[in-house]
Amino acid sequence: MADIRNNFVGIKSPNPFWLASAPPTDKAYNVIRAFKAGWGGVVWKTLGEEGPPVVNVNGPRYGAIWGADRRLLGLNNIELITDRDLQVNLREIKQVKKDWPDRAIVVSLMVPCVEESWKAILPVVEETEADGIELNFGCPHGMSERGMGAAVGQVPEYIEMVVRWCKANTRMPVITKLTPNITDVRKPARAALAGGTDAVSLINTINSITGVDLDSFAPQPTIDGKGSHGGYCGPAVKPIAMNMVAEIARDPETHGLPISGIGGITTWRDAAEFMALGAGNVQVCTAVMTYGFKIVQEMIAGLENWMDEKGHASLDDIVGRATPNVTDWQYLNLNYVAKARIDQDACIKCGRCHIACEDTSHQAITSMVDGKRHFEVIEAECVGCNLCVNVCPVENCITMEPLAAGAMDQRTGKPVSPIYANWTTHPNNPMAKVAAE
Amino acid sequence: MPEGQFKEGIAGGRLQADQYADNFSDLHPPLDHHEALVESDRCYFCYDAPCMNACPTSIDIPLFIRQISTGNPIGSAKTIFDQNILGGMCARVCPTETLCEEVCVREVAEGKPVQIGRLQRYATDVAMGENKQFYQRATATGKTVAVVGAGPAGLAAAHRLARHGHDVTILEARPKAGGLNEYGIAAYKSVDNFAQAEVDYVTAIGGIDIQNGKALGRDYQLSDLMRNYDAVFLGMGLGGVNALRADGEDADGVTNAVEFIAELRQASDLASLPVGRRVVVIGGGMTAIDAAVQSKLLGAEEVTICYRRGQEQMNASGFEQDLAAANGVTIRHWLQPKRVIAEGGKVSAIELEYTAMNGEQLAGTGERLTLVADQVFKAIGQSFVPAALNGSGAEIELEAGRIKVDAEGRTSLAKVWAGGDCIFGGDDLTVSAVAQGRDAAESIHRSLAQG
Repeated sequence: MADIRNNFVGIKSPNPFWLASAPPTDKAYNVIRAFKAGWGGVVWKTLGEEGPPVVNVNGPRYGAIWGADRRLLGLNNIELITDRDLQVNLREIKQVKKDWPDRAIVVSLMVPCVEESWKAILPVVEETEADGIELNFGCPHGMSERGMGAAVGQVPEYIEMVVRWCKANTRMPVITKLTPNITDVRKPARAALAGGTDAVSLINTINSITGVDLDSFAPQPTIDGKGSHGGYCGPAVKPIAMNMVAEIARDPETHGLPISGIGGITTWRDAAEFMALGAGNVQVCTAVMTYGFKIVQEMIAGLENWMDEKGHASLDDIVGRATPNVTDWQYLNLNYVAKARIDQDACIKCGRCHIACEDTSHQAITSMVDGKRHFEVIEAECVGCNLCVNVCPVENCITMEPLAAGAMDQRTGKPVSPIYANWTTHPNNPMAKVAAE
Repeated sequence: MPEGQFKEGIAGGRLQADQYADNFSDLHPPLDHHEALVESDRCYFCYDAPCMNACPTSIDIPLFIRQISTGNPIGSAKTIFDQNILGGMCARVCPTETLCEEVCVREVAEGKPVQIGRLQRYATDVAMGENKQFYQRATATGKTVAVVGAGPAGLAAAHRLARHGHDVTILEARPKAGGLNEYGIAAYKSVDNFAQAEVDYVTAIGGIDIQNGKALGRDYQLSDLMRNYDAVFLGMGLGGVNALRADGEDADGVTNAVEFIAELRQASDLASLPVGRRVVVIGGGMTAIDAAVQSKLLGAEEVTICYRRGQEQMNASGFEQDLAAANGVTIRHWLQPKRVIAEGGKVSAIELEYTAMNGEQLAGTGERLTLVADQVFKAIGQSFVPAALNGSGAEIELEAGRIKVDAEGRTSLAKVWAGGDCIFGGDDLTVSAVAQGRDAAESIHRSLAQG
């Protein structure tokens, strides 16, 4: 049986599935339910500094987009950090950690960008015996207008500064949570590392408007006729999050920096993909807000089953395994040639491959052969773009088949070269590095 | 004496009052808004879609379904009505399982086609519910067209002609318009008086005058129409019912299935409608199924369809056969009627003979079977009665007993077009009649425009 116990920067949990800092981790009641369901750890919803608690809007906090059967694809929120009293939260954290010693409890923090504020909060969190802290530099709405959250996360110098303060003032491991609302996520990751962070977690939510009411012309979610951009999450953001995780994992400056992966993780497979790209564990929110805590049972069983099937003994066997295969475009092998092939037995003749190719691509798929409705690839026109595979409603009906070295590429009229050759040496590249003669 | 369901002979009131409403409720209840969205999402928006090619009226099915999926049922309805102004009824009565849904790629892929008929009903219900009229009449042309028969072909022709600015007079023999939509469809396929609502919706365009109780050959002659109108469209359907060719078929209790179906549709109180305790239906088409199922739903204890050939040859679709079976109707094959046995002038049984293929010929085997029956329905097809066309002077050319037309619906007589069941090549489908009426109207319009 695969061992899925997780050790993330020294924080141990029975599995790599944590709940992200969010409404599901705002109080003991929810967290205890999550632990009972089997979650390995939680990042407690962000605490602010001592004083009057923050206030939330009293209208809709969430907006969403859906598939046709109301499957929730993306969620957006304008909720702020915890609106409960700091001392209540601290008491609850301490009690839950005492009652659930084998589970990870990390406390998310967001206080003003002055050292005194951090110096004040860190000891009281430490006193709860929580396993670590996560710095909320990502919250994109509300708090960012007050110079916190994403307002810090968008300025690498601030990140480095705050992380340094924290490392100087606590023994707890520090996880720096990054905002995706930035051009190059490697910059804040490098800054966090420079400040001494133990790990980064990403992504926080993405600035978003989920819809517009076309009667009132108000953005959604709508508060008394107005809307504010919220943070977008859920399955729709997963590809964006995975790229950012991979960028940090493969960046020479941050390579090896532990990453807690976040962004649309819903199933064991999503989690495995994040971990393969370099995440040491994962955090989940939207999926439990959609389906409840029970989904962790599927995640645990699914991950174990896959690892058993593939012979992966522990998480170390999978974390980062895909990272070396993420590269820059310029290093892709331009001598690799693939052609689409349509399995005629599987084809249901919807013709979507044809019309996609005909209208928008390379006119490489027939619609009629000998007077009969028939869809097949015209190899001489096929550039191997994969669009037909993507629009085909039947899984594995259209596949991309690589041409073997030496085989004739009917499109170019040339045999496929066995030699790896990329753009850096391509004759059309004015910057090509010409081999020394 | 047995009472209720087990009353002997042909009698009404076999069921409790509330059972009738249940039994004759909508066969396919309408999709609600969410169901329609989910179902519309199943459509793959095929290129050169097979469903569209299978539709006799060539409705752009992928487009109308996509319009439903984007929350535009009104636009969807217009896409449907552009091709088929009787799209509402077709959504209810089309044998979609042998038309659009049979060729749906999802039928091919997983045996579950997109429910095109129910989606079409969803969109047309929304538009008709709002009485949304999409078409305006062109400037009046001053031309007049007579349409014989207010069935699907006649209504479709009339609507298209009215759109083009011509003035249309529909002459209908029956008290109500709608043709088989009103008189020939099982009640559970067209509830809530939909056929009349659709007639009102179609004629709301204006320029269509329906005159009821006007039968060709009785109240007027074709020559009158040719003299008094600029063009004539014949869409009078089939007036005759094929005989059983069995001895004693004039006994009491032997009824034409089409008359039973019509009577049922017009009945204000289904409990008052008499039906046999043991019913035998002779035939293998939709009419046989409609008569058999409705007999069962009226409380007949035992209903048997006897068809002289095998299951594969039945004109009724697989869905219809299953519907009959699900309602407790027994379908027996390879049986042909030989003799109706009567007692005191009333049917008491029917004697049938087993059949088999003798080479290409169907032949009786000599083996006989007697089924106890107090009612026998004849549903072995209808025929065109050309007699009504006589007396017009000019002879209209027929082919295999029906009116011969060219690809545009022109008959052998100048100024006279025809469509629907009365023409050769008609396939007894509402949707085909609509296509023929529509296309004939376009041909008439082109002809009138040339002067």
